[in-house]
Amino acid sequence: MSSIVSYGSYVPRYRIRAEEIARVWGEDPENIKGGLMIYSKSVPGPDEDVLTISAEAGKNAIKRTDVSKKTIGAIFVGSESHPYAVKPTASILVEALGLPNDIHSADYEFACKAGTAAIQNVMGLVDSGMIENGMAIGADTSQGAPGDALEYSASAGGTAFIIGKKGIAEINKTYSFTTDTPDFWRREGEKYPSHGGRFTGEPAYFKHVLTGAKRMMEMQGTKPEDYDYAVFHQPNGKFPTRAAKMLGFKDEQVKDGLLTPYIGNTYSSSMIIGLSAILDKAEPGDRILAVAFGSGAGSDAFDITVNDSIKSYKRDRAPGVMEQINRPIWIDYANYVKYRGKIIMRGE
Amino acid sequence: MSEVPRFWRESKHRYRLVGTRCENCGNLYFPPRDICPTCRRESINKMKEEELSGEGEVYSYTVVHDGLEQFKMQVPYIIAIIKTKEGPLITGQIVDCNPDDVKIGSQVKSTLRKVRTEGKSGIIQYGYKFILK
Ligand SMILES: [Zn+2]
Repeated sequence: MSSIVSYGSYVPRYRIRAEEIARVWGEDPENIKGGLMIYSKSVPGPDEDVLTISAEAGKNAIKRTDVSKKTIGAIFVGSESHPYAVKPTASILVEALGLPNDIHSADYEFACKAGTAAIQNVMGLVDSGMIENGMAIGADTSQGAPGDALEYSASAGGTAFIIGKKGIAEINKTYSFTTDTPDFWRREGEKYPSHGGRFTGEPAYFKHVLTGAKRMMEMQGTKPEDYDYAVFHQPNGKFPTRAAKMLGFKDEQVKDGLLTPYIGNTYSSSMIIGLSAILDKAEPGDRILAVAFGSGAGSDAFDITVNDSIKSYKRDRAPGVMEQINRPIWIDYANYVKYRGKIIMRGE
Repeated sequence: MSEVPRFWRESKHRYRLVGTRCENCGNLYFPPRDICPTCRRESINKMKEEELSGEGEVYSYTVVHDGLEQFKMQVPYIIAIIKTKEGPLITGQIVDCNPDDVKIGSQVKSTLRKVRTEGKSGIIQYGYKFILK
């Protein structure tokens, strides 16, 4: 099976606190902080979008490896907020990252698991021998409607992986589970998504994440205690914490990958930015269970083992996830709506 | 008039800071030049593309309070001349900071950002800007 050759993430520096959003909508911030486990979220700057975020994440992944860009034969970008409706993000990234023009490329969509769908597709091309290395990116600048519960969590960030034959972590197996579940959707041309309220929990998130994790452990003959780390899709802090407990994982196994409480739900990057934070500190032999969830709905599970090459891997050539999380620029709700284009300007 | 053709021709240097080096005298140029202004005829077919690291320091800067309509969302914003590690001076915006954070000599690195958009339906122009290190 293929392995992770390199990885990199990018988190915009602007942040807004749950208290600040609650203040505007007259809500009790303790309900959000205590109930959903969201304290703050990242906000893209007025000049940032999925292309710029993907480019920064991709550059960080390229910087950390000595593998030549010329060997990258595919680039797939998963997002639900691609800058263009028609004009692939992947095509702009080929030039922005200086990748060869002899390259397979496409944009993917599957709510919050489009990034992991991209990883699986690169794995297929690597394992079949069609390409030597490939890049998979998950990035989003998601929006929640003003006043909607999603406004506390919908945030921005991106993570890029270079997948190839010889890397720093083996992907032992991947498994996907898909059903037709209308928990969350956005119709073409609509600015904000709609969701099924409480319906997003049991039949959507928990059913798919738990099935993905359980089937993976059945197939691999593993138990929760066999893993050093576990990371799940995190629409808020509460859901993945509960899913981990239901599966039998302990806090020590999940805390390093649980980032939504501080940066919000980065959608297509949500689980993989947690995986990126885990890889920032992982050591040879560490085993990781990673499960992404996308509304609609489906899950992508990965069983990963870090190998000895991580010792000589140049992690410090690019900023780690925690390093980026710890450099916030706090903004108020007024600047937040300005940056997110929620103010109607003259001529609009 | 659409700027699409011009922008497309310049995308490589706008996205990745690709300049040209004269193999005759060794000078590096950004934006890229087809001919070396020093060597002129001698530089024909000797201009080689080279990507700048994006690292440098603030050589000079100004804070714009009364910007074009396009940049209203970003006012006040900082326009600086950056002395790159490789030598060429580049004019660009410094983002993700307050004007007070910028000083002559501040270390910066390049980042790819949206530079402008052609209205609601036109092309999105991306290009380099700078952030404090
Ligand atoms: Zn010359």
